[in-house]
Amino acid sequence: MTKYKTVFAGLDGYQKGGVEVINDDPKNYVFSNIFEVATKAKPWEKVAVAKNQEYVLEVIRAEGTSSWRATPHDEFAMVVDGEVVIDLLDPEQSLVDPSASGSIAVSGEPKGTPMGKITARRGHLALLPAGRCYRMRAEKPSVVLLQTVLGPDTVERWSEICQKY
Amino acid sequence: MTTSPIQLGDVPNEHGYRPFTLGGFHFERDEHFVHVTWPTGRHVTAAEPFLKAMMRDVAWNFFYGTVNFDAVIGTLNHYGNVDLFAGRFNEEYRKAELDHSENFPHDEIKATFQAILNDWVNADFDPFAAPMETGSAYGEKTGSNTAAVTRTRIAAKRMVGLPDDEPLRSDESGYPVNRAFLDVDLDEPIVEVEKGYEKEVSAFNFFGYLSRSDVTWNPSVVSVCRDSLMCPTTEEFILPIIHGNDRVEWFLQLSDEIIWEVEDRESGKPRAKVVMKAGDCAAMPADIRHQGYSPKRSMLLVWENNSPDLPDMIARGEAPTVPVTF
Ligand SMILES: [Fe+2]
Repeated sequence: MTKYKTVFAGLDGYQKGGVEVINDDPKNYVFSNIFEVATKAKPWEKVAVAKNQEYVLEVIRAEGTSSWRATPHDEFAMVVDGEVVIDLLDPEQSLVDPSASGSIAVSGEPKGTPMGKITARRGHLALLPAGRCYRMRAEKPSVVLLQTVLGPDTVERWSEICQKY
Repeated sequence: MTTSPIQLGDVPNEHGYRPFTLGGFHFERDEHFVHVTWPTGRHVTAAEPFLKAMMRDVAWNFFYGTVNFDAVIGTLNHYGNVDLFAGRFNEEYRKAELDHSENFPHDEIKATFQAILNDWVNADFDPFAAPMETGSAYGEKTGSNTAAVTRTRIAAKRMVGLPDDEPLRSDESGYPVNRAFLDVDLDEPIVEVEKGYEKEVSAFNFFGYLSRSDVTWNPSVVSVCRDSLMCPTTEEFILPIIHGNDRVEWFLQLSDEIIWEVEDRESGKPRAKVVMKAGDCAAMPADIRHQGYSPKRSMLLVWENNSPDLPDMIARGEAPTVPVTF
């Protein structure tokens, strides 16, 4: 039987494909590589790599401890490289308007009830529940892909991350 | 064009297959081929790719936008009703005025396609399977494979693995790890939950879940953020349809490699090849159609915006066909 090797990528190794144009503009494909984006990002920067109207997928370079964040809607965090610990907290007072879009940073330590924690490695997907707070920790540089809505600190730098020619 | 009732042929031909009629379209199959006729033309195509394409169309409820079975036959989803067309997205058929399109209520075309699959898929053929994992689609009629052709598409309400949502996969539940993913880590995340928060503190091995997928080219909803849907899928060999989306769609290649052939959505003229390796992220604009080639079984994250307003916004020019400009 053939022995298959599944190729994943990460901060310490990725190969990039690309758009090979026949009659088109490569910019139409908004082509980037999430590990290249994470390599060049500052810790905890939320860099959009995909956007569809108000929705985004963000790449986050997880390194050290993030600030606490509050989210008005469910977000989903996929660890795509390394290991990340996610602390979850039920805040005493609501910190976000449920109709708002995107999570926001919370200054300091929010008061509330600890909900638990998740230790996630490459390939694991975690729910960051609506109305709650979360904080992420990573001992070694790791990468998170966040499914969310464009928020106040989403970073858009398409021209720097995408194939142009 | 108005619709006429479905006619499910009840007399099998000499190969054992029944003919089917839907409005002005007539479908027949023999040992090797499917023959489609309509008032202005005819088309012949190999049975295997035809059945694989029709299977995706049915399983996805006609999906977003256009599902081209090949350069001639396909469907266009209007959500509630569906166009069945021949040559509609083929520049030469259009010029020659050989193209034809008829609109049907969703349930009517779905019932017809389901009946065709039930009759034309033989016992040892699974249209969802990779080529090396299934028997042949060809030859005289030998039994049926109802279990395979009536699989329901998995669609989580919030996230797979939550209580009251779509379950995780295991050997016990009939989802062994696929032969191409035997090297994928199956360890689960460590989830420590305080009492009372069991419905909210949740995580699972997403790559492990995908390694147990028993189908190819069949995106299923795994997590839902308002109208944003993560629809991962495992891919091997060729996407059986050429998808012309009615909105922007995104791909994030999670493992291995897929090569996409991209053509103009209306005319079918070639526009680009998009080569995606692990970690690559790319948009498929709303004015193209695409077909993927995956040399090894790979994990692909398809990311969709399920907003019902999008196709009309794009048609009215209020939403651009590309997601961002820079
Ligand atoms: Fe597609």
